[in-house]
Parts: sequence; C-alpha cells; structure tokens
Amino acid sequence: MTGRWLLPALGLLVAALFLVSLVTGPAGIGAAEGLAALVTGEGAAGLVMREIRLPRAILGLAVGAALGLSGAAMQGFLRNPLAEPGLIGTSSAAALGAVIAIHTGLYAAFALALPLMALAGAAVAVGLILALAGPRGRALSLILAGIAISALMGALTALALNLAPSPYAATEIVFWMMGSLADRSMQHVWLALPFLGLGAVLLAATGRGLDALTLGEDAAESLGVSLTALRLRIVFGTAALVGAATAVAGAVGFVGLVVPHLLRRAVGARPAALLPASALGGAAMLLAADIATRLVLPDRDLKLGVLTALVGAPFFLHLVRRMGREGA
Amino acid sequence: MRLDLRDLTVRRGLCPVVDGVSLAVVPGEFVGLIGPNGAGKTTLMRAALGLMPFDGLSSLAALPPAARARAAAWLPQARDIAWPVSVADLVALGRLPHGPGGDGAAAVDRALRRMGLAAFRDRRATELSGGEQARVLIARALAQEAPVLMADEPIAGLDPAAQIAAMQVFAAEAAGGRAVLAALHDLGLAARHCTRLVVLSGGRLVADGPPRAVLVPEVLGPVFGIRAHLAETAEGLVFQPVAMVGDEDG
Repeated sequence: MTGRWLLPALGLLVAALFLVSLVTGPAGIGAAEGLAALVTGEGAAGLVMREIRLPRAILGLAVGAALGLSGAAMQGFLRNPLAEPGLIGTSSAAALGAVIAIHTGLYAAFALALPLMALAGAAVAVGLILALAGPRGRALSLILAGIAISALMGALTALALNLAPSPYAATEIVFWMMGSLADRSMQHVWLALPFLGLGAVLLAATGRGLDALTLGEDAAESLGVSLTALRLRIVFGTAALVGAATAVAGAVGFVGLVVPHLLRRAVGARPAALLPASALGGAAMLLAADIATRLVLPDRDLKLGVLTALVGAPFFLHLVRRMGREGA
Repeated sequence: MRLDLRDLTVRRGLCPVVDGVSLAVVPGEFVGLIGPNGAGKTTLMRAALGLMPFDGLSSLAALPPAARARAAAWLPQARDIAWPVSVADLVALGRLPHGPGGDGAAAVDRALRRMGLAAFRDRRATELSGGEQARVLIARALAQEAPVLMADEPIAGLDPAAQIAAMQVFAAEAAGGRAVLAALHDLGLAARHCTRLVVLSGGRLVADGPPRAVLVPEVLGPVFGIRAHLAETAEGLVFQPVAMVGDEDG
C-alpha cells in the first residue's frame, strides 16, 4: 500500500475507528440506536453519546493526530528516527502543570484548572527552551536543552508526588500520569482544539524545510530554507500540539515515536509526505488503543498510556531489530 | 551572475580565519580552490554564500535567501543523506528553490544522466556505496541549475574513474556558461581540469592564476611544504608531488 492510496486508506481507517469508538462503551447502547441518539440527542442514550462518547472519540482522534504529526515533524527536524515529540520538554512540563493542579487541589475547585495548568506548563517549557538553546542554535543545542528541561520537570513532578498531601492525591497523580481519555467532556474538546489547530497549521508549513534538511543543515540553508524560522515553527507547533494533548489526555507515550517509523517506508521516507500520513496514523493508533482499553478489561479502567506503551515498546523493538538486520 | 568577493574576512574570536580575500569567478571558469587543511577554504565558501557572518562584500550573500538559492548551488563536504529516500527524490531536492512545476522533472533527469545515475533513480540513496552517494549529491547540486556552482571537496573518496568523470562534469558545466568554484585536495586533477587555481594559506589568498603559473616551487614549498614534478605532456598537464620540503636534509 503505497503512494496515492495511502492517505485515503488511512483516512477511511480513522473514520471507521471513530465510529467504532462512538459505539463502544459500558452503557450497553446498540450501535444503530447509539448513532441515532447522537443525532437526535434524546433520552439517556443521547446524553451518553453526546456528553461522554463523542468528546472521547474526538479527543482520541485529535490527540492521536497531534502526537503523530509532532513526532514526524520532530524526527524530520532533528534528522533522527529516535526523536519523539516529548524531547523538547513540553510534555513533561505540561505534566508538571497538571500535577501541581492535582497537588494543590485546584482541579477539585475548578474542573478546567488541570488542563489550563498543563498548557501553562507547556508555555513555560517553550520559554525555557528558547532561552537555553537560543533563537539561532542548531539541532544539538535544542536536544540538550530539551533533555535538561525534561529532567528538571521530572524531578519537580517527583517532588510533588513525594510531598503529596494525602495518599489519595498521590494515587490521583500517578493515575493521571498514565494517560487516559475516560470521562472527558466537550469542555476539554473546546479547550484543546484551538491549540491543536494552531500547532497543526504551524507544522503543516514545515514540509519543504524538513525535506531540505535531508541533505543536512548547511545544504538546507543554501537551498533557501531559514533554519531559524523552521526551528521556531517546530518548537511552537510541537509545544501547542503536545501541550494540548497532554493537558486533556495525560502522558501518552510511544505514539509519536512509533507511528512515523511505521509509515516512513510507505511514503518513500520523504519527511514532508510523512507529516499528513503520520497525523492520520497517529489518530488511528490512538483511537484503536482507546477502544482496546474499553474492551480488554472493561471494569478495571485500563489506562491509555499504559496500553500504548505495552503495545508500542515490543513493536518498537521489532522495528529496531529489522533495522539492525537491514544495516540501515 | 558571477561570484564576487571583496575584502572578505571571517573572524573566530579575534583571530581571522579568512583574511581580506578578494576573488571573482565569472561564467565559463572552473576555479579550483586549493590550500592545506585549515587554510580556510570551507569557511571562505560558506561565508561567500552568507551561511556565516563575515566582514566585506559577497555578491551572493547580498541576495535574499530565495534568490541566492536560485543563483548558487552549494555542495557541502559532509555527505548527509538523513532518510532512505529514492535517488530521484533526493536529486529533486535541488529543485526546491524553483518552486513546484516548471522544468523540474526534466532537470532531475538531466542531472541523473550527467552523473551516470539514470539506472539508480528508484534505488534508496542510503543503500548506495559512499562513492555512489557522492555522485547522487553532485547530481542534486547540478539539478539546481544555478549560474554559480560551489562544491567543497566534491571528489574526495571517489574512485579514479569517478573522480575524472566528476571533474569533467564540472569543467563542462563551466564551459556551458556557469561559474564553478570547487575546493580540491588532489592537485593533479585540479591542474588538469581547472581553468584557474586559487591558493589559500592561513586565510589569505596567496596565489591566483592558471595552473601552470600557480603550481610552482615558490608556492608549493611555503604553502604545502612539498616539492613536485610538473610537466606539459601530449595528454596535458601532469602534476605529481615528489617529496616534502626539507626531507632530503633529515
């Protein structure tokens, strides 16, 4: 499956999984009945469909697409297949913001305090990374600054956990960090969508620059690509996508790392072509994983991030083994 | 379009790496930029392209980036191919400055044929040998079809036939009306194929002229620390380094 059939096929897959996500859940509503109730909005079924399942399906699609797109952009920019969107520190900073909201009890007083604090955390990370790596710094300084910020944010998150006011708060923090799309409302959707849209617009325009970077930074610049502008787009775009994704779904790993790998060969390895494919692939993967959390252990609240890591890590090992055999 | 440098100076800290170089490369010329390691050849070319800060004037660096990319193709020394893209896709990156459409596909075909790579077009670039990758990257610079072509050690690591072929391509590009500037370490090939040689030593331009006039003991000794045999033969100029200066004393 290559070339011009890839994007339509992925699009169909995402649409199908979106529908499956809508009709999957513990409420015991039939598929046809559920979809009808979604349109009319009548009765208990309408409430479940519109207030519980619809936001969950939309967030699954949007968060997955954000992770896939930002992963592809980050790998293209750093010219490294091991790069992932969390590398520049925004996801750990967003997680810290959310953890502070839980720790202080703010989120109990005001439901959107948690995602808002997470977005603020992501914004702080962007400020830090630009201050540390400088506006003109090259890829390596960006990676190192990102690692330093991630380490700091991780340490502060551990501190918050360490000083948790009650075992209940500690449990809450740990579960939140595992990542989930359960019990999200349309408010979460409206909060996340503007940032996700902004990030997608910023990254969608990086294709030409990322293609040129295949030849190295010097050659890319000689081809008329402004590395400074490209880097700002990547940092702000990734931060908006990952910050908003983390704010509403918690820390969901491996999607941004594995999906670009999975699709790279199918698009002829061109970084620009990988962007839309990876966005659709990420959406499909996260929708599928979120459906699986509801089907595998329906009464145990299996966390989304746990499942993506459980499936993603062995799959990644398989890819690494295949790369090793091909000597590429 | 030509390359014009006036009093180009690049400093690292206070120390000048390139020191007041004035140089012009006009259409029809294949200029070999020679000099020992660390003489400032790469720095001179990167500054001329505006890829690093400098003092003085450069006709290319004065252009806005998009116009400069259409005016000059740059082949860096590092042979970077980050992703397993096809050879044709990689060469097509040379068309980025020209935007979509136009004569792009034909330019890519021409460049592939010039470098003898037509049969490789669907192969993955990362799976080729080092020498083949070097030729693919030269083809990328040719596909840019810019009036000025600048290359940093483009033939290092190629086999002898590929080296000669590449030098002939550069000479033909110059003969076809481009201005070509290439940093070279193989003085023998430079002597045979370049129309003019420019010698850089310690960041300064110390000699500039036709190969016969430049590859003389007065330049080779102080700059390269070598003695060499230079002869005009039926097959053209032949240059062979013979010994290091001072070897016979030790």
